[in-house]
Order: sequence, then C-alpha cells, then structure tokens
Amino acid sequence: MNLLANLIPASSEIFLLVMVCFILIADLMLTKSSKLFTYLLVQITLLGCSIITIVAHEPGVVYAFNNMYVADMMSDVLKLMSYLGVSMVLVYSRQYLMARGMFTGEFMSLALFALLGMNVMISANHFLTLYLGLELLSLSLYAMVALQRDSAVATEAAMKYFVLGALASGLLLYGMSMLYGATGSLELGAISDAISNGVQNKSLLAFGLVFIVSGLAFKLGVVPFHMWVPDVYHGAPTAMTMMIGSVPKLAAFAFVARILVEGLQGLSQDWTGMLIILSIASMALGNLSAIAQTNIKRMLAYSTITHMGFLLLGLISGGIEGYGASMFYAVAYVMMSLGAFGMIMILSRAGFEADTLDDFKGLNQRSPWLAFMMMLLMLSMAGIPPTIGFYAKFSVLHAIIQTGHVWLAVVAVMFSLIGAFYYLRIIKLMYFDAPESHVPIVVSSDTGLLITLNGLGVLFLGLMPGALMSICAVSVQQSLLLP
Amino acid sequence: MIFGLPVISVTIWLPILFGILVLATGDDKNAPLARILSLVGSVLGFLVTLPLYTGFDKTTSNMQFVEQHDWITRFNIHYYLGVDGISMLFILLNSFFTVIVVLAGWKVIEKRVAQYMASFLIMSGIINGVFGALDSMLFYVFWEAMLIPMFIIIGVWGGPNRIYATMKFFLYTLLGSLLMLVSLIYLYNLTGSFSILDFHQAAIPMSAQILIFIAFFFAFAVKVPMFPVHTWLPDAHVEAPTGGSVILAAIMLKVGAYGFLRFVLPITPDASHKLAGLMIALSLIAVVYIGLVALMQSDMKKLVAYSSISHMGFVTLGIFIFNAYGLEGALLQMLSHGFVAGALFLGIGVLYDRMHSRQIADYGGVVKKMPIFAAFFMLFAMANSGLPGTSAFVGEFMVLMGTIKVNFWYAFAAGTTLIFGAAYTLWLYKRVMFGEVTNKHVEELTDVNAREILIMTILAVIVLGMGLYPLPLSDVLHASVNDLLVHVAHSKLPL
Repeated sequence: MNLLANLIPASSEIFLLVMVCFILIADLMLTKSSKLFTYLLVQITLLGCSIITIVAHEPGVVYAFNNMYVADMMSDVLKLMSYLGVSMVLVYSRQYLMARGMFTGEFMSLALFALLGMNVMISANHFLTLYLGLELLSLSLYAMVALQRDSAVATEAAMKYFVLGALASGLLLYGMSMLYGATGSLELGAISDAISNGVQNKSLLAFGLVFIVSGLAFKLGVVPFHMWVPDVYHGAPTAMTMMIGSVPKLAAFAFVARILVEGLQGLSQDWTGMLIILSIASMALGNLSAIAQTNIKRMLAYSTITHMGFLLLGLISGGIEGYGASMFYAVAYVMMSLGAFGMIMILSRAGFEADTLDDFKGLNQRSPWLAFMMMLLMLSMAGIPPTIGFYAKFSVLHAIIQTGHVWLAVVAVMFSLIGAFYYLRIIKLMYFDAPESHVPIVVSSDTGLLITLNGLGVLFLGLMPGALMSICAVSVQQSLLLP
Repeated sequence: MIFGLPVISVTIWLPILFGILVLATGDDKNAPLARILSLVGSVLGFLVTLPLYTGFDKTTSNMQFVEQHDWITRFNIHYYLGVDGISMLFILLNSFFTVIVVLAGWKVIEKRVAQYMASFLIMSGIINGVFGALDSMLFYVFWEAMLIPMFIIIGVWGGPNRIYATMKFFLYTLLGSLLMLVSLIYLYNLTGSFSILDFHQAAIPMSAQILIFIAFFFAFAVKVPMFPVHTWLPDAHVEAPTGGSVILAAIMLKVGAYGFLRFVLPITPDASHKLAGLMIALSLIAVVYIGLVALMQSDMKKLVAYSSISHMGFVTLGIFIFNAYGLEGALLQMLSHGFVAGALFLGIGVLYDRMHSRQIADYGGVVKKMPIFAAFFMLFAMANSGLPGTSAFVGEFMVLMGTIKVNFWYAFAAGTTLIFGAAYTLWLYKRVMFGEVTNKHVEELTDVNAREILIMTILAVIVLGMGLYPLPLSDVLHASVNDLLVHVAHSKLPL
C-alpha cells in the first residue's frame, strides 16, 4: 500500500487537523470583537469535513496504516453525525458563551480537537489508535470544563473529571496490556482471530476483559462507574456540559462496539453477563436518582446514565438487530440531549443560569413555542410515541426480546415507567405552573431556528424512523459483522 | 372515499389538521376565531365519519374501508387502517362527542382557549386512529399519543388537585402500555408481522398466552378501568374540566374494552377461557362493590365516576362470558354508557359552571330554579339506572340474558346493579334537585341557555332513540361479533 492510499481513508481527519491548527494560529491575530470570524471558519471546517467524508466514502471496509485505521460505513455515518452534532453545539452555545466572555478561539479549537479525537476513536482498528483518540477527546474535554477559571464549581468539576477519567484510562490501558499478553496483538482483528483459535492463558484474558469493561463503563458513565457524571454535568458551564453529554456518546458507542464486538466477539458470553449487570444497575440508579434532583443539569446527568444503560441492552442482544438498535439509540440520544441542553442555554442569559427545574415553570406562558419544543424533547426522552425516543427504545426492546431475554425487556420498561415521571414533571412545570420570572426570553434567530428544527426533527423522525433505522442497521452489518 | 381521499385517514387527520390551525390562532386575543374554527373542525370531523356508517356492509365480518401502505419497512410495520362492526361505531361516537365537547367548552373555558380546543381536536383524531388501526404498532403509537393531550387537558384546565390526578392518570396508563409493547414485540417475533389480523392467526403456546394475556390485561384493564386498577379514574374525573370528563367517560374507557375485543379474545383465546373466571369475578366485584362505593360519594363527579366503573364492569362481564348476547350487549352498553355518562358529566358541568361546587351537600332544590335542566337530568339519571326505554336498558338486558345462560348466580350478582344503580342515581337526583333550597347560591341559579339545551336535546334524543329502536346499531355488530366468537371458540395452541 502506498502512502496516498493510506491517507485517503483518513482524509477528513487530516483536513480537520490542518484546519484546527490554522484556526488556532489565525485566532491569535484576531481581536476580541472579531471572534465571529473564527466561529464561521469553524463551521466551514465542519462543512468541509462532511463533504470530504462523503466524497472519500468507499463501499466496503478499507483499512489503512497497517490495519491501525479503518474506514467503513459505520465510521462514516457516525462521523457525519458528529460533525452535525458539534456544529449544533456551537450554534446553541454561541450566545451563552458570548454573554459569559468565553466565546474564545480556545473553546472552538478545543471543540475541534475533541471532534478529532472522536473521529480517531470511531475509525480506530487498533488498541493504540483507540487509546490515542480517547485521550485526545478526554484531554480536550477536561480543558473545556476548566475554561471558566474563576468558577470554583467548574474547576472542581474539571478536577473530578480529570482524576476519574485518568483512572479509567489507566484501567483501560491495563486491560489492553493483559489482552496483548494473552493474544500477542493489539490489532482488533488479530485479537479476535487469536481468541477464536484458542488462547492458552484463559485467566489472563478474563482479567483483561474485566479491566476493559470497567474502563469502558467509566467512559460511558454507567453504574457503578458513574460517580463523575452528575458532578461534571452540574459543575461545567452548560455549553461544556452539552459538549460532554451529547456528541461523544456516538464515539463511545463506536469505541465499545469496536472493542467488544469486533475485537472480543469470542468472549461475548462473558461480557454480555457483565453488561447485563451494568445495564440494569444504570437503569435503576439513574432513574431513581433523577427523581430526586432539583437541578435540571443533574437530572439530565442521571437521565444520561439511564440512557446508556438502555444502549447497552442493544449490545447485550447482539446481531444486526442489537448493534443496529444501539447505534440508532446513540443517534437518537444525541439529538434529544442537544435539544435539552440547548433549551437550558436559551433560557439562560447574562449572569443567570436557568439550570434549576423551577426555571422551567410557566414556560408555556412565557413562550408557547419553546415550551412545545421542550415537551417534544422530554416526551422523546421518556420514549413516548410519536417521537424518535420511542423508536430508539422500541428497537432495543425488539432486539432484546428476539434473543429471548423477555424478562430483561420487562425490567427495562418498568424502569422507563419510573423515568417517565421526571420527564413529565418538566412538562408539568412548563404547562401547569405559573411562571416565576417574567423576564422576556431573547432568542437569536439562529438558535431559534435550530431548536425548532431539533424539536420538529425529534417528532418527524418519530413519525418516519424507517430510513435512519435502516442506515444504522446497514452500517452495523457492513462494519461489525463481516465474516 | 371522500373527495378521492380514504375515509378513515380523513377522520384521523382532518381533526388533527384543524387542531393545528386552531393552535396557530395564538393567544386569547383570538379566542372567538379559535372557537369558531374548532366548531367547524369538529363538525366537519363528525360529518366525514358518516360515510363509514352509510357505506358499511353489514353482511361481512371482513375489515372494510381498508388502507394499507408501507410505513417502517425494516420492521414490516404498515400504515394499515380498516374498520369492522366492532370499531366503526366508536369512531362515530368519538367524533360526535368532540362536537359536544367543543360546544360545552364554548363559554366556560376562558384561558388558553386555542390550546384547549386544539387538544380536544387533536385527541379526537388520535382516538379515531386507535379504533381504525389494524397494525399493532400504528395502534400503539395512537394509543400512547392519546395520553399526551389528555395529560395536558387535565393538568391545565382541571380542578385544584389536577396535577396529582393527571400524573396518576398518565403513569397508570403508561404502565399497562409498556407491558403491552413487550407483548406486541413478542408477537411480532412469532409472526413476522405487526398486523393485528396476522396476530389473530398465530399459534401461541399456553404459557406464552397467559403472559401475553396478563400484559394486555394491564394495558386494557387500566383503561376500562377494572377493579382493582380503577383508582386513577375517580381522581382524573373529579379534577378534569367538563370536556375532559366527558371524553374520558364516553371514549377513553371504551378504548380499553375495545382492546379486549380486538386483541385479548382473538389472540389469546385459550388463556382467556382459562382466566375467564378471574375476569368475571373482577367484573362482578366492580359491578357490586363499586356500585356500593358510588352510593357513599359526596362529590357528584366522583359518584358518576364510580358509576362508570360499575357499568364498565357489566361490559367486561359481557365480554368474558363468550356468547353473542354478552358481546353484543357489552358493545351496546359501551355505546350507551358513552352517551349517558357523557350527558351526566355535562349536566354536572352545567351546575358546576354556575355554582363552582361539586359537593352534593351544597345543592338542594335546584328544580325550583332550573326546571328545564332538571327534566333533562331526570332522563339521564333514569338512563343511568337502566330504565327500560332508555339506551342503557338494551345493553344491560342483553348482558344479563347472556350471563344467565352461563350461570344463574353470576347473573344474579350482576342484576343487583339495577338496584344499586337506581339507588345511587336517584338518591343523587333527590339530594340535588328536590328538597328545600338551603344554599343561597342555589337561589341565584339561572336555567340552561339555548346552547346547553341544544346539547342536552341531542343527547336525550339519542338516549331515547337507542333505547326504543336499537336495531340500526345492533345490526352493524352481528357479523363481526359472530366472527369474533368463532375466533374465541377456536384454540390457538400450537398443534
């Protein structure tokens, strides 16, 4: 393979890297008042990446750099979604950050570096590449949380995030080293082959698997490795919370799918058992704790834990149905959480954070349209049709019932019932209660348009989910389940 | 076809479209426009359902007015609509009551008029979808979506304790729905299709049938509601605005019983036979015990709510005795109860709008101030106690006939409803209407106005008409009921 053939599958990442370096330098030359130029440049970069990803797409699976890197349909779909997601994060957070003096080149370039990390994770076919991507993402996110230097809460959150994240990375690395010891390779395909050919040291393999699963669980934020999630979500400025809580879940899905499904399919018997426990614990603890929250960011943090538990159910059931359902769930989740955090930022203004539940009181009287959008988002999170959240839950449940774990499906729906309560409470606050504040809500036209598209998108994809479902299923089939 | 459009789709989407239009009129500055637009929408919504009756073929049990389009091909889900004798009348009933509800809320609702009217119009379309859907996922989507407008109606325009009531209503019904979803997916894995008609043909082992039965039971029994999952209903009824109570009583409760007929009996006939004893017992408890509970209520709406549960006990009894009298009686009872309970709630609404109290003790001597109203209310009270000549008698009589064929003592227990029903209704009537005027607010009451007379007259004519000449309705049912009985008699166990 010549160099050029190697570069094509990674062309969008290379473009992204070049652009982010350029933006970093260009931003130094700009005055504080012309940050909008940087912003536009970032959006153009994202558009460019999307175009390159589409143009460079090749059918089938293409490996590059000695099998360290892979481009396939799943990676391309997830990357396109990530570009869209990051672009939405930037649109939603522009006003919010401007009001707080954080709308800087650093923020935007960190966001792009995080995106680069995600892209590398999504396309990695080797433990080292995976780890590289993960660390690039994580370090960018730590720095983003800490951007608000004068806020004690944000600094604390950054510290917690960093320490626990580093611990998780350590676990993951330790697990990877054990797998390397047991199989003699760090490349996912080779590991998979080694396991199916029979490995001498079974206990080493099992230990490695436990560490890997623990590390993944930390990164996903599922119980009992979830402790960092509420504190970080709560402490970080909302724009950063949105960045942490939404798009990286796509990369996390790819990360988990690549390691467990592509690399460790031979051990699926072992890891499904672990995932079942993680999943049930997440759904239980996430839903029950969310009820007790008065801060909406904390509530959404616990709701994320629950959603990740649900996402794991798809991986547990396996097959095209299961993995496809998980991927669909991840996409649906990103869409809903972007909208929810976006709404928090829309309601916030200079010197005021709309992050308690009470800030949503009487929203229907202050702005019926925003209240309606938030209602759609909350119903979607609760999994009530006709919204995309319902089909996300539906496809996961379908997969899990198909594998014969009907009891698991019943457990899952019972916890969704509990979950419905706190989403409904938001609707209750918006529609049934009188507003506490009568400050007019100022929505800039771009955020207003985006939240409308986001809310109606949740509804539209709830009415016509077929195409997106098929895309997810086909991607998974082509990428993960090739013989 | 209406103007080249398929009938059932029009009955679903026309009210929803008008609902969105009404929403678009914005805040209460444009309330008159919102009212007129919603009246037009609801009347049109009712008129477009009429071809379902006039074009209905009474001789066949096959689905009619069928529409089938691909929807989610990945899961073989179709946009599949059609009606038979069992479902057709409910679409008419629902669209009819939407008109009544819009009229009833005309003056009474003063805040957020557009949202109120739009909620009812959208809900009307969704409920038509529930009755028209032949694909179980389509059914499920409508079934769940139905909760959202009702949740908002009770929560925004309800009484003082509305938030507790609406949360309870939503979560209770969601519990059943989610279990139903699990069984629907199970059935899909078994048959490879989400079509309800394909489910009817599926062979299912006994153990699975029982689990499916239980899941469906939770979904539908909560909606009916059957004892012991009935406790949400009195709360929801009491707190809901009049229109909400009317739709709850007239339509929403019927959706549960409809579910038993469309899903439970034909899909799990063996489990139904096995568990029929339990279902009959629960039905009889509802009839007798809830009837007694109704007797002791001091709140008028609560009394009618408990009376609804008791009457719905008759319906489930009729369903689970598996004969033609029982099933047709149950269906007629459902229709009749829709009109009678709807009329009673409207009547209570008339009083509440004037007095702002639902307590029986606050009334007395109303007949002196509102003679016309008292006359109408008398008719509906009589109908509620099952007087011959009113619509309620036909259904109750047929269910009793069916029951007595099965077991005399069942019929005996069920028959007590005629006594209890008369007791609580007439006692309510006596305490509210007759006696001395003790409350000075009663002194200031004004009789019903033209709009209220119009609503009451329409309902009175229907209640009497159905009681004296039920044939046009029961005729429609025969073929479908007989087909259903064939399904029930046929074991679905795998060979």
